Amino acid sequence: MRNLSEVNLGKEELVILGIETSCDETAAAVVRNGREVLSNVIYSQIDLHTLYGGVVPEIASRKHIEKINQVIEQALHEAGKTLEQIDAIAVTYGPGLVGALLVGVSAAKAISYATKLPLIGVHHIEGHISANYIEQEELKPPFICLVVSGGHSHLVLVKDYGSYEIIGRTRDDAAGEAYDKVARAIGLGYPGGPKIDKIAKEGNPEAIHFPRAKVENSSFDFSFSGLKSSVLNYLNGMQMKNEPICVPDVAASFQKAVVDVLVEHSMAAVLQYGINRFAIAGGVASNSAIRSALREACLCNHVEFFHPSPIYCTDNAAMIAVAGYYDYQNGIRSGLDLNAVANLKLGER
Amino acid sequence: MKVLGIDSSGLVASIAIAEDDRLIAEYTIQYKKTHSQTLLPMLEEVAKMVDLDLNSIDVIAVSQGPGSFTGLRIGAATVKGLGLALRKPIVGVPTIESLANQLYGVPCLICPIMDARRGQVYTGLYRFVEERVADSQQELFEYRLQTQKEQCIAQIDEIAKIMNQIGEKVIFTGDGIPVYREQLASLMTVPYSFAPLNRNRQSAASIATLGYRYYKEGKITKAGDFHPEYLRLSQAERERKEKSEENAGNKGNDRT
Repeated sequence: MRNLSEVNLGKEELVILGIETSCDETAAAVVRNGREVLSNVIYSQIDLHTLYGGVVPEIASRKHIEKINQVIEQALHEAGKTLEQIDAIAVTYGPGLVGALLVGVSAAKAISYATKLPLIGVHHIEGHISANYIEQEELKPPFICLVVSGGHSHLVLVKDYGSYEIIGRTRDDAAGEAYDKVARAIGLGYPGGPKIDKIAKEGNPEAIHFPRAKVENSSFDFSFSGLKSSVLNYLNGMQMKNEPICVPDVAASFQKAVVDVLVEHSMAAVLQYGINRFAIAGGVASNSAIRSALREACLCNHVEFFHPSPIYCTDNAAMIAVAGYYDYQNGIRSGLDLNAVANLKLGER
Repeated sequence: MKVLGIDSSGLVASIAIAEDDRLIAEYTIQYKKTHSQTLLPMLEEVAKMVDLDLNSIDVIAVSQGPGSFTGLRIGAATVKGLGLALRKPIVGVPTIESLANQLYGVPCLICPIMDARRGQVYTGLYRFVEERVADSQQELFEYRLQTQKEQCIAQIDEIAKIMNQIGEKVIFTGDGIPVYREQLASLMTVPYSFAPLNRNRQSAASIATLGYRYYKEGKITKAGDFHPEYLRLSQAERERKEKSEENAGNKGNDRT
């Protein structure tokens, strides 16, 4: 046990154990003072799910329960810490697959109860946004953040640490979802994001013009299902005419359509809110085309551009510990009745 | 020797603390709230009530399955977290055996049935047999639960058929009863009975009882290695397996 006087003497050190099991990565990490990652362990199940062309919730949950302790113990070990040297536990409690979330939440609650450590339930997207704090010391709220992943496409106004306003969201498919569906249709398989990104480099992004969907009455909301259908229609049409399909061109043109929409909405948000800091987050944020287009757009608009390294873009627990750190500073604590919430909204508790 | 017992395999959430042959506390609820919201607050409350020092626990026993997939995982993740933090071993107790074990000494067959949906139940077949207690006075005996059929997954009509063939009296227990009561009435041709409410659902005291025995037999698991026994594949794995078996059958031309 850390002795209290040590804390009171202004040691000012806060070490947080983060746990994340919202989808198909079992992850744990130890982070000091919200910005310094002491360990970041991720067990990815992706090979298991590739067999099924996507994440199977029951299989993911079963794997989480097998791996959870091992991952937590490894994170503590790599950080050179024991549970006695941890100050609080942060765990993702939503949004995500409820059965998968429950593994992390139940384990975190049990550890918190047995060690009497404070527990902090963290929003998964809040984690992704907070991943930006890890390597970019100069990044501080307020800023605009584009969160793009397999399950999410959000434009978020980060007003302060732990204070968010969603200013744009997808009306149908998430960007990552559209990538997966298009990748399947052109025979690239799962996961679609990295595969399309890779093959698109060999294609011509202007070869086929796919639509850039506008959502009525909202300049920041996204819609990707129309784009996806348009790609599928194009593929069907070519097949009917017995014409060959150039996969790199389709991939590059599809990706260009996604990128254009993301860039346009992001820059519109930055200009409207008059904020000159912009960050990206989420699994799709490590996509090279999206990243370089946003970087360029920010440069043109004199906006500072921030992005996490790929390891912090993917689902990880370091970002959960970082978000948990700021929640902790804001006085947020969760009880032992903390539940997993599959459709948890950002900014709600 | 102190055992913490936990069962969240079905509709019941149950916590028990036992020391040697004394049940210090048992807290069981069967209510609509999810186990995720109830299990740890229950443990916290009961532990406070009996001034439990968590570090004094020697072993954590838990219902290992079968049961509700999510319920089993909430129990498993909870004991794994406790085991990790307290550095205590885990004993996994088969859920069906723990249900049967509550009917100590009944002179007939015991058939637990847990609703497994899809027209199936998790079940098994047990009976108590007399055994003289070693190194004791001549007259002292105990009933020992003997497994006639290991826990498995089955259709209710198969179970009735087997019972009718064996031709002995049987007691049913478990949450499959309300689901299959009427079907059993039309299928059973041998005398049968249903366990009463104080014995017909999962109980952490029963988990602790068996957990204590298994612990003495050395059947312990490290918290990190512990995982539930589901007795059933996920739907995606099942469908994939069926498909590949179908393909194999087609290739071999041996499908009828």
